[in-house]
Amino acid sequence: MSINITMPALSPTMEEGTLSKWLVKEGDTISSGDIIAEIETDKATMEVEAVDEGTVAKLLVPAGTEGVKVNAVIAVLAEEGEDASSVKAPPSGAAPKPADAPPKPAAGSPSPTVQSPAITQTVTTVTRADTPLPSANAAGGRIKASPLARRIASMKGIDLAAIAGTGPRGRIIKRDIEAAKPGAAPAAAAAAPAQPDGLILPQILDDRVYAPDSYELKPLDGMRKTVAKRLTTSFMQVPHFPLTIDLELDRLLASRTAINAAASGGVKVSVNDMLIKAAALALMDEPDCNASYTDKGIAYHKHANVSVAVAIDGGLITPVIFEAETKGLAEISKEMKDLASRARDRKLKPQEYSGGTFSISNLGMFGIRNFASIINPPEGMILSVGAGEKRAVVDAKNNIVAATVMSVTLTCDHRVIGGAEGAKWLQAFKRYVETPEAMLL
Amino acid sequence: MSTQYDLIVIGSGPGGYVTAIRATQLGMKTAIVERDALGGICLNWGCIPTKALLRSAEVLYVAKHAKDFGLKIDKADFDLDAVVKRSRGVASQLSNGVKFLMKKNKIDVIEGTARLEKGAPAPKVIVKGKDGKDSAHQAKHVILATGARARDIPQAGLVADGKLVWTYREAMTPDVMPKRLLVIGSGAIGIEFASFYNELGADVTVVEVMDRILPVEDEEISKFAEKEFKKQGLKIVSGAQVANLKAGKSTVTAEITDKSGKKETQEFDRAILAVGIVGNVENLGLEALGVKVEKTHVTVDGFGRTGVPGLYAIGDLTGPPWLAHKASHEGVVCVEGIMGKNHAEPFDNSNIPGCTYSHPQVASVGLTEKAAKEKGYDVKVGRFPFIGNGKAIALGAPDGMVKTIFDKKTGELLGAHMIGAEVTELIQGYVIARQGELTEQDLAHTIFPHPTLSEMMHEAVLDAEGRVLHV
Repeated sequence: MSINITMPALSPTMEEGTLSKWLVKEGDTISSGDIIAEIETDKATMEVEAVDEGTVAKLLVPAGTEGVKVNAVIAVLAEEGEDASSVKAPPSGAAPKPADAPPKPAAGSPSPTVQSPAITQTVTTVTRADTPLPSANAAGGRIKASPLARRIASMKGIDLAAIAGTGPRGRIIKRDIEAAKPGAAPAAAAAAPAQPDGLILPQILDDRVYAPDSYELKPLDGMRKTVAKRLTTSFMQVPHFPLTIDLELDRLLASRTAINAAASGGVKVSVNDMLIKAAALALMDEPDCNASYTDKGIAYHKHANVSVAVAIDGGLITPVIFEAETKGLAEISKEMKDLASRARDRKLKPQEYSGGTFSISNLGMFGIRNFASIINPPEGMILSVGAGEKRAVVDAKNNIVAATVMSVTLTCDHRVIGGAEGAKWLQAFKRYVETPEAMLL
Repeated sequence: MSTQYDLIVIGSGPGGYVTAIRATQLGMKTAIVERDALGGICLNWGCIPTKALLRSAEVLYVAKHAKDFGLKIDKADFDLDAVVKRSRGVASQLSNGVKFLMKKNKIDVIEGTARLEKGAPAPKVIVKGKDGKDSAHQAKHVILATGARARDIPQAGLVADGKLVWTYREAMTPDVMPKRLLVIGSGAIGIEFASFYNELGADVTVVEVMDRILPVEDEEISKFAEKEFKKQGLKIVSGAQVANLKAGKSTVTAEITDKSGKKETQEFDRAILAVGIVGNVENLGLEALGVKVEKTHVTVDGFGRTGVPGLYAIGDLTGPPWLAHKASHEGVVCVEGIMGKNHAEPFDNSNIPGCTYSHPQVASVGLTEKAAKEKGYDVKVGRFPFIGNGKAIALGAPDGMVKTIFDKKTGELLGAHMIGAEVTELIQGYVIARQGELTEQDLAHTIFPHPTLSEMMHEAVLDAEGRVLHV
């Protein structure tokens, strides 16, 4: 028996991905655990390990193919003793057939369904299309659906390929069909060009204005598409407002020097690490601000999972320090270094850059004084951190003195957080930054 | 505060102990509180010991009919004490089994009676031990699985005294064989005891307030059962009320008002109350926590959540059907919901099989024919009688039937209903068919082994299609 290798789901929400690279070729012998391909999801590149062993008989999806659905067959393995050349490609689903239609024997024999000479022949051979686009839910070309679901779907004229199954292992069951609209055409869904949805206007350059040879067009990768989609949606849908406050940094900088002098084991805490901790504690003090808007209600998160924006080649990613309020500075620092370095290599796992409840973006190192970031949904707030710089301030005795001052701007989702709540959070944050000892409490 | 747990389960019946095992499988540190014997009512005073009693009755029936099988047994008789002893032995063996399972799964068993107090992240569990001392336990999650008990109706004098007026508990450990027995209520519990005592020679009268016995079953099955029981000498009065149940010195009198309104006072040696179930919601501190209780049952959602943070309820406590397998499955769903495992699916109560272990047995799943029609389905119904099945004849059990109800339009198996030998072992086939959403065609294409009683399940499908073979 040949073994189908399917497109893996790298995260619970992953629906499709780009098969960026094959690391094996047809005819290669592989064993379980070998890295056989690289897959690019919306934000990361992940390696795919072989689960079974055998000889690669067919690579069905060429490297670089975008939008490969999860569970679609991407390659076929021949098992030991099996002639790789005899392995037939499974139906790729490129041209989905009505689900109820049983495999028909060779054409031209309308009535009898049993033909004696057919026994030694392979009854169905589906030649694969040049660019296979396996249909949703197709594992081995077969759509997994309960018999009852198939029956009701055919009665209602619903194409199973358009339905996402919610039964065991993604099986389409009765309730999925009942939830679907009759006539739901998969073709339309599949034919939609691969452009980031959420953009209302088509984003094109007019050839008459920008001659095609006057620029170089770099295709959108998964990360670009995701950033475009998410931030456009966020900026258009989330009613957001900014709040800015100045923070004096001198005590924090002094604490940092003292902490790093005392720390062992190569720990070097950065200002940003301390801001992560301060933000997490402020979120615990003002739990109303650690929230997400949903249609069903406001979700108040129990932990401060702080997303930290990391600029990487070709985009942006936000690895998360989970439950940052429970972690010490050394731990945050170590974790952040590891996440940032793997982020730059695009080696983060999806669960490492999703699930944040609040974001921090820091452009201080570029000398930016003040900016307002776009909210990273479904988080309720994002903090934009500017540069710490010497400024003239008026002290308690009305003298003008020099102090290290940093401006931060908090962008809030007004559906969840009011002006006063945001301001209270900033006050709490300011207290931790200006009295860093409070973080020890 | 003593040990912190991920989960404390209150009650060790089939709901509670299965929940605890599933929880440890998912990595939760778990404790279970039990005030009596491990295994709860099901194992000690319900499902299991009654099956042991009924098995004795069944063997006695076969022995009495030995001649029909060409065998000679001079005088088949029973020793009531020994029958009860065997039943208790079976219960205690299984209770020990649960003890072993708790140990094997490293589940702490806390003996005593639990109540809840406000706490975080879940209510605090206070257990009054056998020594009368309280111990407090804190867990992240608490699942109530305290079960239910027999209902009294004091207004009608329907109150058990444990001597002449029994609940299932006393009925399971009779000291004497009553000559004249009144069974009030003809659900599964009432009918099983009626069947047992009738087989052992008591003169049994069953009174049912609804217009037929086994009122949750399909009407056709109820009628079939009534006919069979009457053949065996059972007296059945349906559409009737019992009032003024009075325990005298050694007998009980009951005023029975029949369908036509005619009142008659009758005398019995014993009466069994089987008029329903109430949830064990008392003395748990539920009110103070703000748990919603409706008609003695805790209100929960599909994952057993009560609305109080960290507090869940499963099983009989949450309402009908009061069945062990429902409780176990609810518990598993609840724990998987907490842990977010197994694509946690809320509990679906539309596919719970029900079984009555009388002679003959009754088993069903899904909608009755009447309920299906009331829901607006255009149905096709298949039937097959035991008399047409080779194995049934060979067993000497030719009385019974299998009935299937399909949606004419989609071929969905809406319900299946069976009466006769071993049907409680057969019903799972239809339950799986429904779970897997098989249509009549899939069932028709399935090969059933010959010779078995299960062939009747196939035939009842074929009959719905108008292509039955052996009738």
